[in-house]
Amino acid sequence: MNFPILSSLILLPTIGALFIFFTRSSEKNNNTVKYVALFTSFVNFFLSIYLWTLFDQTTSEFQFVEDRVWIENFINYKIGVDGISILFILLTTFITPLCILSINNSIKNRLSEFLIAVLIMESFMIGVFCSLDLVVFYLFFEAGLIPMFLIIGIWGGAKRVYSAFKFFLYTLLGSVLMLVAIISIYWITGTTDVVELYKIGIDVKYQNLLWLAFFSSFAVKTPMWPVHTWLPDAHVEAPTAGSVLLAAILLKMAGYGFIRFSLGLFPDASEVFTPLIYALSVIAIIFTSFIALMQEDMKKLIAYSSVAHMGFVTLGIFTLQQQGIEGSIIQMISHGLVSAALFLCVGVVYDRMHSRLIDTYGGIVSIIPKYSILFMLFTLAALGLPGTSGFVGEFLILMAAFKDNFLVAIIASFGVIIGAAYMLWLYKRVVFGKLINTDLKKMIDLNKSELFILSCLAIPTLFFGFYPEPLINTIEVSISDLIEMYNYKLVSKI
Amino acid sequence: MENLQLVFPEIFLSLSIMFLLILGVFKKNSSKLIQNISLIILLITAVITFNETINVGEIKLFNSSVIVDYLSSFMKIIMLIAAFLALTISSNYLKTFKIFKIEYPILILSSVLGMMVMISSNDLIVFYMGLELQSLALYVLATFNRDNIKSSEAGLKYFVLSALSSGLLLYGCSLIYGFTGSTNFDLIASELNSNEYALTFGIVFILVGLAFKISAVPFHMWAPDVYEGSPTSVTLFFTIVPKIAALSVFIRFLYVPFLNLIEQWQMILVFLSIASMLFGAVAAIGQTNLKRLVAYSSISHVGYALAGLTTGTNDGIQSSVIYITIYVLMNLGLFSCLLMMKRNNEYYENIEDLSGLSKNHPMLSLSLLIILFSLAGIPPLAGFFAKFYIFKSVLEQSMYFLAIVGLLSTVVAAFYYLRLIKIIYFDKEKEKYDTDHSLWLKFSLTASTLLILIYFIFPSQLIEVVSRINII
Repeated sequence: MNFPILSSLILLPTIGALFIFFTRSSEKNNNTVKYVALFTSFVNFFLSIYLWTLFDQTTSEFQFVEDRVWIENFINYKIGVDGISILFILLTTFITPLCILSINNSIKNRLSEFLIAVLIMESFMIGVFCSLDLVVFYLFFEAGLIPMFLIIGIWGGAKRVYSAFKFFLYTLLGSVLMLVAIISIYWITGTTDVVELYKIGIDVKYQNLLWLAFFSSFAVKTPMWPVHTWLPDAHVEAPTAGSVLLAAILLKMAGYGFIRFSLGLFPDASEVFTPLIYALSVIAIIFTSFIALMQEDMKKLIAYSSVAHMGFVTLGIFTLQQQGIEGSIIQMISHGLVSAALFLCVGVVYDRMHSRLIDTYGGIVSIIPKYSILFMLFTLAALGLPGTSGFVGEFLILMAAFKDNFLVAIIASFGVIIGAAYMLWLYKRVVFGKLINTDLKKMIDLNKSELFILSCLAIPTLFFGFYPEPLINTIEVSISDLIEMYNYKLVSKI
Repeated sequence: MENLQLVFPEIFLSLSIMFLLILGVFKKNSSKLIQNISLIILLITAVITFNETINVGEIKLFNSSVIVDYLSSFMKIIMLIAAFLALTISSNYLKTFKIFKIEYPILILSSVLGMMVMISSNDLIVFYMGLELQSLALYVLATFNRDNIKSSEAGLKYFVLSALSSGLLLYGCSLIYGFTGSTNFDLIASELNSNEYALTFGIVFILVGLAFKISAVPFHMWAPDVYEGSPTSVTLFFTIVPKIAALSVFIRFLYVPFLNLIEQWQMILVFLSIASMLFGAVAAIGQTNLKRLVAYSSISHVGYALAGLTTGTNDGIQSSVIYITIYVLMNLGLFSCLLMMKRNNEYYENIEDLSGLSKNHPMLSLSLLIILFSLAGIPPLAGFFAKFYIFKSVLEQSMYFLAIVGLLSTVVAAFYYLRLIKIIYFDKEKEKYDTDHSLWLKFSLTASTLLILIYFIFPSQLIEVVSRINII
């Protein structure tokens, strides 16, 4: 196939952003620019669905590969997808239009700039998930900082400056070490092409340090305990759409990076550092779940729950078993849908009451019933109730963990219980109980677009909960081949 | 008979300077005319340099005291273009301060001439002559707004400290002459005996002098004061043009006569580089004046450019040249923005004056945003690639410590660039600035911003051009 479908996926949002930039929006044509943004992101979504239909699930080879010389004798612009990355691309293109749709009244000033930032962000994130060259990957990975910094800083809440700085500097600090590692890999092996590196492998004596350098970047981005502290701040201060992007897609870049690079390139080092990842994951699961129990701010609570969920993801990845990694990917997709939905749910009540504190609410079930039902659904999905996508991921991860390390699995399962506790308690305090705050009576139920967005997120949450086959089929071969390669390299010590 | 064609650019420039001096004396109110002629002269010199010398390979003239090769031609052309833009965008500024005089362009031309001699020098004496010619012109330029006490102070300070460093440099030259019996770079290289420790002293003294000219830590003390006190247009000139010349002298001096002594100067250069990167990044955090901030940021950038030279390889030299080229581009853009911050015949240069700029001047702030992120080295902007090449060549030599310190100091530096962006984008707006800027100012801002922005689409071109530089 000659049509460069992946490059189009990357470029299309940028073209949309340029179009918005040149229309020179004012207050009057706010709707026009929004339609342009929606249009481009929906076209991108359908394009990625088309990509999925063309995708061959029976092979773990990279598909739709584009390979162009970018810097002579040094870097090639190489992109392609396999079963692992295609799901993340789908997630990105699915969440972005919903994100744009959700901007109703929350963003009043500089709407067109906001849309430009979101669209450019989408380009970068798709780029991250399909780049097959370490330098290209780094470029997209880092470039995403710019739009997100602006989204938090310009349209954020009261402490936005602090949060934006913290977000930017934390991630930058993590990433520069990865840059050192990438250049070192180039000098060690003579290439930065991932496919090539999979074949030739990296000498064992370098692997530990390189692994740590990549880890420093991914750990901050995941985020893992103890470098997770930027996340609650960033989430709380970001506007709803920003939180959704952050939780649903940005956090997945690191999980993806662990699978693609840490496992694929440094198997020996991964083996060495598995206990470290286990320990950090378990601490993240238990510790942040307890912190989440104590939160009074809804967004903060969900942010901490994200850290706990990502703890499950890293745990699953480093079990290095088919179920574990499959579970992690499904958990990431599911978390992308559910946390996006939960942030949108918070956004809905915030738009009406301008408060994110749990205390403000209580007893709203009779006033806004539709909202309460959907919120219920996502709460249950977040705690992993069977029949929702959250269950599939957590179940697979725990199953793999039990095989690998019984103690870790027991503690992690305990985390599931606390997870249930804080989510249900949140729901109880917000939706049930006595209606004390009389201002709440004026709240209006979900309007059409909100209902549409939340239903769009609810359908896949339920569908993949009952029938995860499409997801598993897509990733199965890629993962089994990855594990095979991993074990082969481990044995043959290359 | 020597081939005078190759030094034709220098000859043309010096004759033009004399002609302009005479013209200035005999014709009243000719400052505008002279400004325009000087601009044309700079362009013509660049064209001549390009035509006559870009393809000559390597030729030495006048008992090999002058060298013309690809490095010198490339650096000269970059410098001439930078000087041209620096001169052309500053005319409005000079008019506002009523210092739009005939001497200004002539001084700029003479310092450019001095720098061209420096770049082409293959002999300590020729090099020193060029250096002093450019310095003398720069002293006067720093104090050009003589009614302003800060400007006078800047000029005096620069003069005193620069004279001191020239003294050190000369002492170093004399030591080297004493131990090798020659001032010519080639002869020094052949006479070199690495057991002479006094020779190392000579190198150290010359390095100190050079480090002073390029404002590398710990010889940077003059830079913030001089940058702040001088008229902004002169600061712009200071930040970009002498750096190009000083860097090429660094390259020539370290790699032609003293390449075999690399163990002796490598550590010194690594120290200069690390100290500049770190100090520049940390000290800029507390600044409130934009020009001072630029001074510290340029100190930090010089550190990165020097990091490329520590490697002792052609790759390293090339990465340094790429770095300085992109650095010039970014600073041109940054200063174009500074020169646009004018309201009621007054220029604003404090950080708070940027407050909320994005509401009133969206395009200006967008350019600033791009330039600042690029200065911070965030991909996919040009500044990232500049750093990337540097670290690529540094890591080739397995100098991990230098690379890691350098990259960590980019994180520190990112903080103050982010602070500027925060002030521009997140803070409350102030009054509008004037928008009637000259065409050249708009052009230089747009061109530099666009180049920074789209550099990532064709990164090979610059590498290709630079890869012909072959010193070793």
